[in-house]
Amino acid sequence: MSVFCEVPQAAPVAVFKLSQDFNNDQFPNKVNLGVGAYRTDEGQPWVLPVVKKVEKIIVQDGSLNHEYLPILGLPDFRSSASKIALGEDSPAIQENRVGAVQCLGGTGALKMGAEFLSRFYNGNKNTKTPIYVSAPTWENHNAVFANAGFEDVRPYKYWDAENRGLDFAGFLEDLEVSCFLTGLNGVRLYFGHDSFSLGVNSTCSIFCLQQSCPEHSVFVLHACAHNPTGTDPTQEQWMQIAEVMMRRKLFVFFDSAYQGFASGCLDKDAWAVRYFVSVGFEMFCAQSFSKNFGLYNERVGNLTIVARDADNLKRVLSQMEKIVRTTWSNPPSQGARIVSITLNSPELFTEWKDNVKTMAGRVLMMRAQLKAKLQGLGTPGTWEHITEQIGMFSFTGLNSKQVEYMVKERHVYLMASGRINMCGLTSSNINYVAESIHEAVTRVQ
Amino acid sequence: PLISWWGGVQMGPPDPILGVTEAFKRDTNPKKMNLGVGAYRDDHGKPFVLSCVRKAEELITAKHMDKEYLPIGGLGDFSKCCAQLALGADSEVLKSSRNITVQTISGTGSLRIGANFLARFHGGPRDVYLPKPSWGNHTPIFRDAGMQLKAYRYYDPSTCGFDFKGALDDISKIPEQSVIMLHACAHNPTGVDPKPEQWKEISDLVKKRNLLVFFDMAYQGFASGDIDRDAWAVRYFIEQGHNILLSQSFAKNMGLYGERVGGFTVVCNDTEEAKRVESQLKILIRPIYSNPPMNGARIAATILNTPDLRSLWLEEVHFMANRIIKMREQLVAGLKKEGSSHNWQHVIDQIGMFCFTGLKPEQVERLTKEFSVYMTKDGRISMAGVTSANVGYLAHGIHAVTK
Repeated sequence: MSVFCEVPQAAPVAVFKLSQDFNNDQFPNKVNLGVGAYRTDEGQPWVLPVVKKVEKIIVQDGSLNHEYLPILGLPDFRSSASKIALGEDSPAIQENRVGAVQCLGGTGALKMGAEFLSRFYNGNKNTKTPIYVSAPTWENHNAVFANAGFEDVRPYKYWDAENRGLDFAGFLEDLEVSCFLTGLNGVRLYFGHDSFSLGVNSTCSIFCLQQSCPEHSVFVLHACAHNPTGTDPTQEQWMQIAEVMMRRKLFVFFDSAYQGFASGCLDKDAWAVRYFVSVGFEMFCAQSFSKNFGLYNERVGNLTIVARDADNLKRVLSQMEKIVRTTWSNPPSQGARIVSITLNSPELFTEWKDNVKTMAGRVLMMRAQLKAKLQGLGTPGTWEHITEQIGMFSFTGLNSKQVEYMVKERHVYLMASGRINMCGLTSSNINYVAESIHEAVTRVQ
Repeated sequence: PLISWWGGVQMGPPDPILGVTEAFKRDTNPKKMNLGVGAYRDDHGKPFVLSCVRKAEELITAKHMDKEYLPIGGLGDFSKCCAQLALGADSEVLKSSRNITVQTISGTGSLRIGANFLARFHGGPRDVYLPKPSWGNHTPIFRDAGMQLKAYRYYDPSTCGFDFKGALDDISKIPEQSVIMLHACAHNPTGVDPKPEQWKEISDLVKKRNLLVFFDMAYQGFASGDIDRDAWAVRYFIEQGHNILLSQSFAKNMGLYGERVGGFTVVCNDTEEAKRVESQLKILIRPIYSNPPMNGARIAATILNTPDLRSLWLEEVHFMANRIIKMREQLVAGLKKEGSSHNWQHVIDQIGMFCFTGLKPEQVERLTKEFSVYMTKDGRISMAGVTSANVGYLAHGIHAVTK
C-alpha cells in the first residue's frame, strides 16, 4: 500500500502548459504569444551580447571557483542590484539603511519577503495580515504568499476591462478603509472613510460589520510594466497611491521584474520605487534580472530592503539568513556573477543599457505595428491600448472564446486572459497575428 | 512613520556551521585552520575545481546555448543521470519509470522540497526521526516545513562509533508510518556509517515498523571513493521493497558548491503514481523559486553523460576521498607522535569529510582560542581542511587540549 496512493494529480501551471501545447503543434505558421521571454525578430531567444562577453571573462578567470556564496549572496551583486533599483545616489543607501538578499529570481525574492513578513510583520507570526494583489496579477503571486502561510490574499481593483485601462478610482477605494454592513439580502451599506455617508437604495436588516483594507495590510505593487495588463499608474497616480498608503500605514512590497524593459530607460522605470523611498516608506522590492539581463534560467533575483535605519536593517538581515538557510542555504553563483561584473564595470554597464534599449525598442516597434495593422484591417473596437500599454505584455481585451479561437483555429497561442507577449511578434508573423485577431473579434463574440 | 516596522525583530543567532567560517575570516593568526564547513580543500588548503568540471564548462561554452527557463522540475538530462547515479543504471526502478526525480537547489533545496511534500501529502505521523546527532540544518528545514522532529540513537560517544544496539532499540519503537531519515554514507557530522550487515538489519526492522525512509546522500563517491559502494545502502533498501525518498547533492562530489546542484527522488509504486507525485512537486516548487538554475546542472549532466568526463570525474572523486583518508592516518600518527595516550582509532574508522573527534565543547573552545583551529562546537572537524603542512599543528593542538 503506497503512502502516496492518495496524492491527486495536480493541474499543470497554465503558462507552461501553453508552451507545451505550442511545442506539440505541427502547424507551420504557429505563433507563441505565451510565456514571458524576449524573442528576436527571428523569433529566437537572445543571449545579450554583454552577457556573452562577461561569461567569457568568467570562464577565462582562473582565480574563480565554485565555492559557496555567503547565505545572503554575492555582496557586490546585492549592493549593485539595489543601486539599480534605488538609484546610484539614493539617500537611503547613503544612510546605510538599504540591504539586500540575493534570491532565486524574482520568485525567490518574493518568497523570501513573504516568509519574512509572515514571521515578523504586524506582530509575531501574524498570518492573518491581508495581502493585497492587483486584479489581475501574475498568477504566481497568490501561491507565493499563500505558501508563506498568509490566510487572506485578496485582490485590489486594478484593471478596468470595459475601458481597457487602470481602474484608478477602484484602486484608491480599495486602499482606503471602508466600513460596510452586509445585509441579509447581500446589499452593502458603505460608510466613507471620513464621513458616514450612506449609499443605500433598499432597506435591509443589519447583519454584520466588516472593514475592508485594515491598517498594516500588505500591498504588492508592480513597479512598472504591470503583468499581465501592461497598464501602469501615472506619476500623479503613484503619488496619490503613496499618500494613501502612508496615511493608512500599509506595507509597500514592490515587484520589479521589468526594470529597463518598460520604457528602455532604467531610471524612468524605477521612478515609482524611488518616489516611495523618498517619501519615507520602509519597504521591500523584489527584483528580477531574468528579463532585463536575459538570464532567465540562472535565477538571478534580489530582495532589496529599505529600513528605517541601519540597526533595524541589521536585525532584519540576520533573520533573513535563517529563512534562506532552511530554503536553499545559499544562492547560485553564476548568474549573480554575470550581473555583478556587468553592473560594476562602467563599459559593460553602458553596453548592458544598450542591450536593454534594443529589447525595449523592438517591443515598442511591434506594438506600433500591431496597432497600425489592426486599424488598417478595420478590426472592430479601439486598439489604442496596444501602444498605451507598456512592457512585454499586452492585455488585448480578447475574451476566452476569442482566445480559444485564436489557439484552436489559428494556432496562435496566448493566455486565456487575452494576454499576449509582444516579444512573440516578429515582422514575419505580425500580419498573420493581426489577421487572426481580426477574425477572432469578428467571428466570435 | 518614525517608528520602524521591525523594532521587535530580534538579532538572529549566527549559523553554527557557516558562522565558523565568518569567525575564521576575522582571525589574523597565520597558523589558523578552518575545519568548519564541509568544503573540500586540496593539499595546499585551496578550493579545488575539478578538471572534469573545467572541461565540461569548455564544452558547454562552445555550444552557445540559450538561457531560456528550465522546466519547474529542472533539466531533464540532469534528472535522469542524477537518478541513474544513485540507483544504478540497471535499476528496476528506472526501467519501470516508477521514480520521479526533480532537479533541486542542492541538498538543502532537495530536503526542503521533500519536507514540504511530506507535510502536505504524508498521511502518517508528522514526526521525522533523525539520527542523533544529525546535520544541524535538518531540524530547522523540517520544522519550517511543518514537520516535527524526533531522534533515534546513532552515535556512541563511548566508542566514537555506531550505537547499533541503541539504534535498533529506538527504531523498533517508532510508530508506524513515521518518517525515518538515514544518511546514505559518510554520516554528517560523525563520519560513522553502519556496516552492510547492520544496514540489512536496519532495513528489516524499518520494514517491520512500516516506516517511510528518507535517505540523505550528500557524499556519494566521497566516502569510500567508489560511487557504487557509497550508494549501496540506498540500492539495497530499494531492492528490499522500500519506496524511498532521496536527496542528493553534487556540492561536494563535483565541487559544485555554489552552483547549487541537487536532486530529489520519490520512488513510487508505478509510473502513474510517479506522474501524480511529479505534478504535486511542481506545485510545491513554483511558489518558492519557479524553476532551478541551469549552470551547475548542465555541468553535472555533461560530466555524467560524456564517457571521458565521467571517467575523469570518478578518478578525481577517488583522489579527493583518498586524500581525506591519508589525512586521517597522518593525524592519528601525529597524535601518537605528540605522545597522546588516548585511543584515536575512530579518526581512521570514520568515513567521509567529517571526523567526530570526541572533543568536548570546552576543549573545542580552547582549540579555537589558543590555536586558531576553527570547528563546530560538537567536536566535528572537516578533514578536507587538513593538509600535510598543517596536520602536525592540528595534532599538536588537539593533544594540548586533551592531555
